[in-house]
Amino acid sequence: MVVMTTDIHRAIDAVWRMESPKVIASLARIVRDVSLAEDLAQDALVAAMESWPESGIPDNPGAWLTATAKHRAMDTFRRNKLLERKHAELGRDMDARQEAAVADLENALDDDVGDDLLRLVFVACHPVLTPEARVALTLRLLGGLTTDEIARAFLVPELTIAQRIVRAKRTLAEKHVPFEVPRAADLPARMTSVLEVIYLIFNEGYSATAGDDLLRPSLCEDALRLGRILAELAPKEAEVHGLVALMEIQASRSKARVGPGGEAILLLEQDRARWDRLLISRGLAALERAQKIDNLRGAYALQAAIAACHARATTAAETDWKRVAMLYRTLVELVPSAVVELNRAVAVGMAFGPAAGMEIVETLASEPSLKNYHLLPSVRGDLLAKLGRNEEARAEFERAAALTRNTREQELLLKRAGDCARAAAGSGQ
Amino acid sequence: MRFMMMVKHPEISGPPPKALMDAIDKITQDAINNKTLVVAGGLMPLAQSNAVKISGGKLSVIDGPFSEAKEVVGGFAIFDLKSKEEALEGAKQFMELHRQHWPGWEGTTEVRQMFGPDEFPPR
Repeated sequence: MVVMTTDIHRAIDAVWRMESPKVIASLARIVRDVSLAEDLAQDALVAAMESWPESGIPDNPGAWLTATAKHRAMDTFRRNKLLERKHAELGRDMDARQEAAVADLENALDDDVGDDLLRLVFVACHPVLTPEARVALTLRLLGGLTTDEIARAFLVPELTIAQRIVRAKRTLAEKHVPFEVPRAADLPARMTSVLEVIYLIFNEGYSATAGDDLLRPSLCEDALRLGRILAELAPKEAEVHGLVALMEIQASRSKARVGPGGEAILLLEQDRARWDRLLISRGLAALERAQKIDNLRGAYALQAAIAACHARATTAAETDWKRVAMLYRTLVELVPSAVVELNRAVAVGMAFGPAAGMEIVETLASEPSLKNYHLLPSVRGDLLAKLGRNEEARAEFERAAALTRNTREQELLLKRAGDCARAAAGSGQ
Repeated sequence: MRFMMMVKHPEISGPPPKALMDAIDKITQDAINNKTLVVAGGLMPLAQSNAVKISGGKLSVIDGPFSEAKEVVGGFAIFDLKSKEEALEGAKQFMELHRQHWPGWEGTTEVRQMFGPDEFPPR
């Protein structure tokens, strides 16, 4: 893609980002081939770049692009006699409406674009593709990102992403993945896959530090945008709203998470005045939608509810730790991970005192998955210090510092170890 | 003597842990076996419920959720027991299970004796 520099080209770029998923989706329903649909959409973009600088951007650019692409499709079919083949293929298809659509491309029924977009979402996130492929294809077809933009976002060569997308489209064609929304029985598992992809994209952007390429934080925006669109397309799915809520609330903290020196700031130490209140209120609204549908029965909704507890507290001291502990208890049943149980221990310690938190941490002492996890000794050290067992706390903080490769974190942990050593010496331990 | 116990808690708490449900099932079964339980049940969320209200002389049917109630009744049980002390003891056991299996959960169980024939003097 040519780099857009002039005003009109910037505007076309913005239109493309917004409209291309709908154009591709509409075409994919008609031509039954995601790869061909994208090519046709790209042809329409080229046509737009040629005529819009002179004629101006049309009132309904999406419709213009779709109509242009459909005409291209007609031309392509006539030239390649694909129409015959498609007729033959679709003759086997029991859906009469699809046949009518191909037989009469010019007057193709203006189906609900929402349905087509949803079909495209599920195809791009199909489990037959690898997770990286799903992410790349989703960002490309639904995010409207260029190959270069995706490559820069994930810090891999552009060629890698290009190959990934080509292979993904080939796999979809080879496996004859149909352009449809999964049946009700398959929907929960397939929806999980879609949500996974979106959250993967979000986390890729969220864990980027200020030192990285500035494009990476925009991944959070892409993920949020995709999540919000999905919430419109599938409003009855509680976990979609749950994921959106989680992302909105986590994103609300972006400005407060990084210090002046580029260092990461822990949640409890962040300046809450820098939390984005608009994102928080959007997140709380999405959480309420999720709750009303399914009473916090999903993992994303639960995590969002926990994040909401922090979001509602204007200071760390006002956090409703009992509620956080309660929610973690429910979450650990759904997601039986040692890390979740460790987080629960922290919450219980804050709610009921360090001894109560310690009880839970002791049960995790020989957890294999936490063997090299620096936060386990770190949490243990914190609780021991609060219990006045400073010599033991010092040892734990030193262990934690040895386990992390993040220099800033090491400094923090060694500082705490030092504080404990001084406290231990002071009280003659 | 009959007692109605109503468990009240902030509505959005999420589903209870299985360990808690299992423990509650067990004490419920014990109460059925020793014939002290009359009836018990969990209540569906306000969003799926309705209310019929009289206000200003007018009767209206409201769809849930309704009122800005911070706590809702999540469930109830009616027991046939010999004394208020027994009732309180049972409620304490019930709540203790919550403390044990769902740390952080907060709520209140109201223990309300029901009017029975003993409470009305013979005419």
